[in-house]
Parts: sequence; C-alpha cells; structure tokens
Amino acid sequence: MSSPSTCRYTDSHEWFHAEGDTVTVGITQFAANELTDITYVGMKPAGTAVSSGASLGEVESVKTTSDIYSALSGTIIEVNAAATSDPSLLNSDPFGKGWLVKLKVSDTSALDRLMDSATYDAKHPVG
Amino acid sequence: MTTATQLLRTPFHSFHLQHKAKMVDFAGWEMPLSYGSIIEEHRHCRASAGFFDVSHMGRLRFTGRHARRFLDTVCTRQVLGMEPGQCRYGIVCNERGGCLDDIIVYCMDESDFLVVCNASNRAKLLAHFAAVKGDMVFKLDDQTESTAMCALQGPKAMDLIAGMSREIPNLKRYRFTQKNLIVVKLIVSRTGYTGEDGVEVILGAGTAQLAMGMFLKNAGQADSVVKPIGLGARDTLRMEAGMPLYGHEIDEDTDPISAGLGFAVKLDKGQDDERAGRFIGQDALQRIAAAGPARKLVGLVLEGRRSARQGMQVKHGNDVVGRVTSGCLSPTLDKPIAMAFVDAPLAELGTSLSVDLGRESANASVTKMPFVSATRS
Repeated sequence: MSSPSTCRYTDSHEWFHAEGDTVTVGITQFAANELTDITYVGMKPAGTAVSSGASLGEVESVKTTSDIYSALSGTIIEVNAAATSDPSLLNSDPFGKGWLVKLKVSDTSALDRLMDSATYDAKHPVG
Repeated sequence: MTTATQLLRTPFHSFHLQHKAKMVDFAGWEMPLSYGSIIEEHRHCRASAGFFDVSHMGRLRFTGRHARRFLDTVCTRQVLGMEPGQCRYGIVCNERGGCLDDIIVYCMDESDFLVVCNASNRAKLLAHFAAVKGDMVFKLDDQTESTAMCALQGPKAMDLIAGMSREIPNLKRYRFTQKNLIVVKLIVSRTGYTGEDGVEVILGAGTAQLAMGMFLKNAGQADSVVKPIGLGARDTLRMEAGMPLYGHEIDEDTDPISAGLGFAVKLDKGQDDERAGRFIGQDALQRIAAAGPARKLVGLVLEGRRSARQGMQVKHGNDVVGRVTSGCLSPTLDKPIAMAFVDAPLAELGTSLSVDLGRESANASVTKMPFVSATRS
C-alpha cells in the first residue's frame, strides 16, 4: 500500500496536505499499524497557535501514548470530532476519515523540506 | 530490518506469518504482537476462545534426588507434599524478598518437576539456580527450545477440548495430565493468564505443527471459534484479570506480599515439616508480613478515556502516593483500568486518587481486582 502522493511526510510519521493556506494533518498507515489499536485522540482545541516542531496533541493506543508534531507554524482551525469520538478511524482510514486537525498557516514552504510519498514509503514500507 | 542479535523463533513461527502477525522482539524471541486488532483479539478470547503461542516462556526440568528440596529452597510456595499432576504458582525471591521471577511448578513425581518461568528471566534464573545449588544433587535440563507451549483460553475452550479428551475437561484448576496421542506427547494443565477457563499445553517442538492441526483447523477463518491471539491482547487480558506481569507489578525490588501475592508465599515453610526447609527470602518476607507492607498493589479505574502507563505518578490531593505499574483502556469494560503501588493506608477499596497523565490528570478510584471475571460458557 502506498501513501498518497499529494501529502508530505515527517520522520515522526505525520502527513501534511496543503490546500491554499489550510493544511490537514494526520498520521500515516505505517504509524497506525505500529501504534496498534488507537483508543484515544486528544488534540489541542481549535484556536490554539502552534509553532513548527510543537505538539498538536496526543494519540493513545492499546500499547503506547504518542505526541503528534506539527511541521509548520500556524493555528489549529478545526479538530476532527469524528476521530475524537471514534479513534479507530485512525487505524481504518488514516489518510481519510482519520485526519486529526486542520491548520491555518501563512507559509507552507516548510512542507517542501519534508519527504514526498515515495521517499517516505521507501523508508517505512507497510508490510 | 536487521537486529544486532538473532531472535529466537518458536515452533509456531510459520503459523504466525501465515496469519499475518505483526512480529516483535519480546525478550529475545520473535513473537506475534497481534494478527490485526488487539482489541478484537481480546474480545474474541472473552467471547469464544483464543490460541496463544507462549513457547517463549522458559521450561526447566528438575530431576533427581534433591530436585524437590532444591525447589523448596528457591520457591516461596511449598513444593513438598505436591502430588503428581499438580501445579503451583510461586515466586523465586532474592534474600531481600524481592522477586527474581514468578513461576509455575509442575510435579511429575517426587523427584521430577517442571518449572515454567518468564522468558525475560530464564537466563537470570539459571544463573541464580547455579549459584545456590551447593551440594544438592539433581539435573537441571533447560527444555525451552526443545519444546513448544501454547494456551487455549476462553469460555468455549473446554468445549473444544471435550471433543478430543474426556479427561482434560474434568481436570481441576492447577492440575495437569500427560497425554500420549500416537506420536504426540502433551502436558496439558488447567492454567492460564487471561482470567478465562482453559488450558496450557506443552509439547515437543517437532510435534507442535501436528498438534496445531487439532486445535486450530479453522483458526484463520472469520467464523472460527478459536482465533490466534497475540501478546498485545495477552497483556490486556491479564490486566483485566488483575494478574501481575514481571517487570511491571513485580521485580527484584518488589516483594510478593506488597504485590498481593501472599497466597503464593508459605511464610512458615519448614515449621510444620522440616523436610521443606526454608526458602531464600523467607526471613525478609516474614519481617515484611509482620510489619505490614508500606505500599500495596491496587486496581484503579480511571475517569475519562485516557490510559495510565507504567511509571506515572498516583496522587492523593497534591501528594504523590504511588506509581502506576500497568494500564490500558479495558476492552471489556470500555474504560481505563490500571494497577499501581500506593501507600498502604490509601489501598482501601473506593479511595479517590488521581493519576498524573502528563499534561492533565484523571480521577481514579481504588477498585477490586480482577476487574473482569471469567465469562461463563
């Protein structure tokens, strides 16, 4: 299975998808598989300003708790309420219904420094 | 991926790969974490039956004149007086009463015993046993890699076994029998680590695949009664059952009395019958029992949806009064459960505490264990 080519990827397994100045953030299928069954999604609320490298919130699985990091500076404008109420969406559809937050950003150029899907998948193949 | 050391593989390895298990390094063994969903596996075991590969557990055979006497020296539980076909849960302690491991002793006969220990402690126990053997005469044969071990657990497990044996479903808890099925030799015990009814089976490594056919004809299919269960669900099942896991609830700095395992400690060993002798750590455990433990292991149910993890602080008001040893979102109860050591006066059922989750904290209530009792078939 390959990750969407329309997204950019971090080594900490977040994906970022830009549409204009809105960037949607989620975790990759590889990350969801590694975490195992996700049981809790706790993102910071809409309106929170985040800087590049800061935590957007936490995701918990049966096995572990993991921070989700932003690769961009911006403001959270929406949290995926569906994923908060049904965290298993992150396992079943991490690139779709299991998205985490939308960010408003003034500068998306930082995304150019992230991995494209081919590079990410080569590094982290899904078995 | 390459690893620095070669991982050991169990005789069920190809079965795990066939069933698309996510394999992980567990105590030097390549083991299945899950075959898809930990939560689904957990629920299947509570509702139907699960097959667990537990071949990584250590299997140490003690035979000879002083085998029994030696085991009574290293184990908190009394081995003297065990009958053939009986197993007992016990602890191997250091002189301070700390736990080197928790084990199950199987009595084959008065001079032949099998000890099942944790994978992570096998080498440590072998070294400990060699160090305290002294002039006692017995043979210790590490059969871990020449045998396999699996568990069949769940409300439908015994019904399945009834189709193969009339004797096994009549075994009492912590009893075992040895079966010879044509070319397969089995040790079948009514024991387990899920809180459910079921058995654990020890068999020759070379016959493991053959025996699998009997238990797991349709294991991979969607409607099968038995499904394979990985270590992930094994952990959440044992947490719901309030059972300790070495490295979490017990370790070398934790004594079994504080950990609620007093039932497995024969504090007066050697008093009624001096042939039992005394066990290593007995003096220390007698002192701890007499003074009362300063901290106790408790069950906690947390408010909210977040899981407590090992090492998190437990608070009473603003005071740190303990530490979490294990925790998860209970798949059966659908709320977070945890085990924790807390100051003994706060171990009363119903005590309101909180767990520091990092950026926030969750209220928690001291709750009776097991959190979940066996499903009745």
